[in-house]
Amino acid sequence: MVKRKNKQEMAEKEEIIRTKEITLHMGPQHPSTHGVLHLILDMQGERIVKAEPDIGYLHRGTEKIAENLYYPQFVPYTDRLDYLSGMTNNLAYVQAVEKLLGIEITERAKYIRVVASELSRIGGHLLGVGAWALDLGAMTVLLYAFREREMVLDLLEMLCGARMTTNYMRIGGVRLDLPDGFKERCMEFATLLPKRVNDYEQLLTENRIWLKRNKGVGIISAEDAIDLGLSGPSLRGSGVKWDIRKDEPYLVYDRLDFDVPTGENGDCFDRYIVRIEEMRQAARIIKQALRDIPDGPVNVDMPEIVPPPKKDVYKNMESLIHHFKYVSHSFKVPPGEVYSSIESPKGELGFYIVSDGSEKPFRLKIRAPSFVNLQSIDHMCREEYLADVIAIVSSLDPVFGEVDK
Amino acid sequence: MLRDKMVSESLLVNGLKERFGDSILETKIDREEVTHLINKERLVNICMFLKSDVRLKFNFLSDLLAVDYHPQVPRFEVIYHLYSIPHKHRLRLKIKIDEFEKAPSVTHIWRSSDWAEREAYDMLGIVFDKHPNLRRIYLPGDWDGFPLRKDYPLRGYKDRYNPFGEEKK
Repeated sequence: MVKRKNKQEMAEKEEIIRTKEITLHMGPQHPSTHGVLHLILDMQGERIVKAEPDIGYLHRGTEKIAENLYYPQFVPYTDRLDYLSGMTNNLAYVQAVEKLLGIEITERAKYIRVVASELSRIGGHLLGVGAWALDLGAMTVLLYAFREREMVLDLLEMLCGARMTTNYMRIGGVRLDLPDGFKERCMEFATLLPKRVNDYEQLLTENRIWLKRNKGVGIISAEDAIDLGLSGPSLRGSGVKWDIRKDEPYLVYDRLDFDVPTGENGDCFDRYIVRIEEMRQAARIIKQALRDIPDGPVNVDMPEIVPPPKKDVYKNMESLIHHFKYVSHSFKVPPGEVYSSIESPKGELGFYIVSDGSEKPFRLKIRAPSFVNLQSIDHMCREEYLADVIAIVSSLDPVFGEVDK
Repeated sequence: MLRDKMVSESLLVNGLKERFGDSILETKIDREEVTHLINKERLVNICMFLKSDVRLKFNFLSDLLAVDYHPQVPRFEVIYHLYSIPHKHRLRLKIKIDEFEKAPSVTHIWRSSDWAEREAYDMLGIVFDKHPNLRRIYLPGDWDGFPLRKDYPLRGYKDRYNPFGEEKK
């Protein structure tokens, strides 16, 4: 009798410990999903069977807004896309409009734009790597990264007055010339940064926990990565040497000497190494650009596209008229369509604009790298543990202003 | 550099025309960008050819989007931005579809088109035939209307959550 009871209990217990597939909602309010990412995870025990991102919590209808604004008015909206590196978004947009207008900006403006966008890239990668380390339990790196990001923000503040939604580039050039003392401070920073990057590497690259959490996690082959549309550092981590700065050079990148780092295995660790190395290369680019920067105007000499300086507006009748026309009517853009893309810190950031010849874009489409990159999360997470999802999300470094547009 | 560009342009234009001459309705080279307007029925074949041909090798779908030309007929254009990572050239394909027509899905050629097609559906209501998972991506599933259509008001439609929207006709 007793024996039989035991057997029955055993059977019941077996019933209880039998595993079954469960669905777990990670986010949208979760500290390590880099914003409002909502992942629906199907799990067998701790293994991920399927990871499905549910996005749109930050959708603001940027493309619809663009259709109802003048071309210059839309520039500030672009730095709300990837808000960690606003300058690169500005650049992608103004470059597309300039291509549509068929204008060539001045040499000095090109160099200034390179400096500003590389500073942004450093800022973006610093936060990307820092937050990644924080998510995996190494808080120190984030604090160190923020120390350097502070310097980047100070420099950007000198350029445009803002620290967060940095808005500096204009159609036809940049807002203002470099302020006094900027060159020296920026040079100082570019010299200092590689040393600081060495410090991060000391904290992470040979750290046994960091290696365990990242090596061999979230592997994606080059072929799959291309098929899924991955771009930027995440694609280069899989060993694909494709950088728009090298392959379709814009601004003056073809005159500057820099390397494009790539990984081999396509795991989280390689994506980390690529970002680390890219920061060093960005510092190299900044140094060269600051060295070679020529003198001259920073805006094209086209009063209908670039408004005159404010001080002239008060004294000169013509300037006043131009300024008034620019603000109240903006300018007409010849009909046509262009697609123009740049290498943003997250990948290929492209703007496709259809113009019908009026002052407002007929259709504007943003090819946001984070949005496309996020698609590969399912492929990377399958068969991995739940804890690795955190590392994988961080290794893609999505920014939700850009994913949700 | 200039010669390279000319070689690649003639390849992008003629390489496709040789094979699919009658399916290419219009070819345009504007601001160094090659655009082919193609027959919607042949889209999948052309895309497969573009991806597999050794000289073209468009292995990367940069972007896929739709444009609303309301009140023109056919109303929509679906646009494909292709890039070749080995050969470093770009190409734009276009198809025209009308309001209640379906566009063929290219998810089986480039998996990256999955979300892009869902976005085009969400924003403009383009239905992609044979898409594995055609749902809204940004907006909630019960959303009324397609915001990027030209006849959708900027402020949306009036309802209990949106008192400033326009009255629906």
